[in-house]
Amino acid sequence: MHAALFVPCYIDQFYPQVAFATIDVLGQHGVEVEFPAAQTCCGQPMANIGCSDDARPLAQRFLEIFQPYTHVVCPSGSCVAMIRHHYDGLLDESSELADLKEKTFELCEFLTDVLEIEGISGSFPHRVGLHQSCHGLRELRLGSCTERMDSTDNKIHRLLESLEGIQLTELRRQDECCGFGGTFAVSEEAVSTMMGLDRLHDHQEAGTEILTAADMSCLMHLDGLIQRQRFPMRVMHVAEILAGRPGSVPATEGGR
Amino acid sequence: MTHGLNQHPLEAARFVGNHERARWHDGALWFVRTKRDRAAASVPEWEQLREIASQIKGHLIARLPEYLEQFEERAVGLGAHVHWAADAAEHNQIVLKLLQQHNVKRVVKSKSMLTEECHLNPFLEQHAIEVVDTDLGERIVQMRGESPSHIVLPAIHIKKEEVGALFHEQLGTQVGATDPAYLTESARKHLRQKFLKADAGITGVNFAIAETGGLVVCTNEGNADLGVSLPKLHIACMGIEKLVPRAADLGVFLRLLARSATGQPITTYSSHFHGPRPAGELHIVIVDNGRSWLRTSEEFRRSLNCIRCGACMNTCPVYRRSGGHSYHYTVPGPIGSILAPATDARQHASLPFACSLCGSCSDVCPVKIDLHQQLLTWRHEIASRHLLPLSKRLAMRVGRFVLSRPRLYQWAGAAARLALRLLPRSILYHRWNVWGRQRDLPEAPRRSFRQLYRRRRHEQ
Amino acid sequence: MSSRSKILQALRARDVEAVELPNLDLAWVRYENPHQQFVSAVEAVGGSVVSVSRQGSLPETLAGLDVFAKASKICSLVDGVERANVDLDDVPDPHDLEDVDLAIVSAEFGVAENGALWVTDDAVRHRVLPFIAQHVVVVVGSDQILHNMHEAYQRLHFNQSGFGVFISGPSKTADIEQSLVIGAHGPRSLTALLTDSSS
Repeated sequence: MHAALFVPCYIDQFYPQVAFATIDVLGQHGVEVEFPAAQTCCGQPMANIGCSDDARPLAQRFLEIFQPYTHVVCPSGSCVAMIRHHYDGLLDESSELADLKEKTFELCEFLTDVLEIEGISGSFPHRVGLHQSCHGLRELRLGSCTERMDSTDNKIHRLLESLEGIQLTELRRQDECCGFGGTFAVSEEAVSTMMGLDRLHDHQEAGTEILTAADMSCLMHLDGLIQRQRFPMRVMHVAEILAGRPGSVPATEGGR
Repeated sequence: MTHGLNQHPLEAARFVGNHERARWHDGALWFVRTKRDRAAASVPEWEQLREIASQIKGHLIARLPEYLEQFEERAVGLGAHVHWAADAAEHNQIVLKLLQQHNVKRVVKSKSMLTEECHLNPFLEQHAIEVVDTDLGERIVQMRGESPSHIVLPAIHIKKEEVGALFHEQLGTQVGATDPAYLTESARKHLRQKFLKADAGITGVNFAIAETGGLVVCTNEGNADLGVSLPKLHIACMGIEKLVPRAADLGVFLRLLARSATGQPITTYSSHFHGPRPAGELHIVIVDNGRSWLRTSEEFRRSLNCIRCGACMNTCPVYRRSGGHSYHYTVPGPIGSILAPATDARQHASLPFACSLCGSCSDVCPVKIDLHQQLLTWRHEIASRHLLPLSKRLAMRVGRFVLSRPRLYQWAGAAARLALRLLPRSILYHRWNVWGRQRDLPEAPRRSFRQLYRRRRHEQ
Repeated sequence: MSSRSKILQALRARDVEAVELPNLDLAWVRYENPHQQFVSAVEAVGGSVVSVSRQGSLPETLAGLDVFAKASKICSLVDGVERANVDLDDVPDPHDLEDVDLAIVSAEFGVAENGALWVTDDAVRHRVLPFIAQHVVVVVGSDQILHNMHEAYQRLHFNQSGFGVFISGPSKTADIEQSLVIGAHGPRSLTALLTDSSS
């Protein structure tokens, strides 16, 4: 099977190991990945601030770049939610757009729903805290949320749990937002930071060693706090955990 | 007073600045949210009820003029008087006139967000009419000269020590008393006198039944009923959207309302008024005040479904950490951030941005308002009305320019990473770097993913 | 143009896509033992439930209640309460009910899901009675417990003027630091008396 890799701009620039881990995970399950180099950004930062006029050409570009592929996989719930839920507001109805929405997946849901993987082989004997990023949770429905009374399959949870030796920590507030929220992180810095610190205290009390999520933006914000406030834990994207190693990036070339 | 785009962030920063208090406020509201969860979990058909409630309101709003006329006809048939107010000023004038016609000097009022919206109290006070808010939380904020900070829990931001001090000062309770039971008892005595001496009672309306011409008012304290069953005059104020088509619809809404608001299966009292009581008078004031405008909007129409339960506020991580007063509007939180800009987009421009787009509000809303989606839509509105500052618009324009050109994007990325690696901390974490106040910036790798990927493919 | 016309005209100027009014005839929650559910629900909201048949008769049951024994001014809308000494027929002004210690009223039915009791002002001179009394006792037939609110509304018909209220437990507030206080402005206690059809 072939799939196009959609790498969010900030992962491309700051967290290459996450993209490599994604390639590894997919490769381990028989998916050949292609990286269309013309891609840059899905337009979410512009759209979220209300500047649809600036987001639209980027959305149009994205549509054209990924048109030739049968599957598009991305290690980010929020970017995929942008494509599947918000491109309708930017682009005219078309069969290409309908097609794009149907074939674009976040990594974990691609594994569980398209590849129908029950579990990942490998061991990860660590205390892992799963942060349920909001877009993935409430827009893509990657898992159940505590405020809804219907249950959904917890896709990320299921994949992580299948790893040998892993201990998923139990939080007081299972799905409260970390406070990143895009430009919110800067425009409402005080609340954003308090929200992030509250998440970290929750994880600390739960005994989390490794904080993970399916969205690197949440982890970027939380890691920023971990580093500055010296919390005793580190972050890893879910792809890195599922790949069995933090990507194939040689230690000297960046990453952590 | 600050307004515009800086308003909420500045107020929120002030609120968060008092760490201990912000944590306490957040914890109190989260607790209410967990009570709601437990109550919702006890109803097997919860998600179905939400869907049905949403449809009932959608149906109502589509046919609102017919249902309003039906309601008026039935209500008048039962002996009530129906008045129509286009805006807040007219609402206040109508209420004042009624009170003056009946020589009313003292009014007791149960919780009505609509009367808050219209600023009725100060208006009546200007005309020498005493208005006492009888809901305990509302009475507390009234005595403090404040506005409520939550639509259901008006005094949620106040500590019992502060209530104790307030009651000592104004009701003569023991100095230093903080026991809620003791304080409530003194409020009971104090307000009982107000009920007994009132010349008229004003209530809000939780639901008005088009089919029967009746009104439903829900309280836990019994203050609405005491307020209108003693004096002869009952004035009930309602927004045009507060109707339900059929009495049977109340079965749906009364199962959702209290559970969503406070986690109770139903409020202690759900009073159904059909016409005035014998020898009494019932006057219903129906108010538009911008609601018909909201109805014309495809995107914002669903905000009229709102039954004012407050569940969105309790779940909102931003509201819990910034407090209701930071919104500077009658109704705070997610729903308030949609309604406020509809009245004045410039003044309330910061509210749709006081949101991390987490989506929890939409999931708890008993009438399925797509709250977080509407907040995002407001951002588009604000941008298209040129209410965003130049710096933001410019930044987005530059962003689009750069991101439309892969080579330029790569170059810009490399430059940014280089700067992050080379610049000293004193420059990087200068105070203009808002991100950097309490967080570190990400570590910048030497090479981007696509550079490494290209290299790897080249090697292969 | 009157505001009424202005508002209706503004609403009619905009065609809003119709949404079908949903059918409410669905399989709503039912309880295996609605009686037991009702008792739990009333107790959960701070009220109490006493079964009259177990006590013998209504007067005997009342005699066993603390609120009854301690009350000096009792107004009963239910027959057979000898100690009742406030007759609404003799009270022209509802304000004069302010010192009633105990009100005994009857409910047409109760609702198991939330412990609510439907009380009306039918043949009641002053509807303020169950709110102004310090304590309230509500008498309801034990065979008049419905499962849920939908059944309640199927039973209710509002085709004339009047007042009705669902009362669930004693009055309460949590407005001071979310601490629950029973007895806000309304009654401090609610006791539901479940009678047999024979009582």
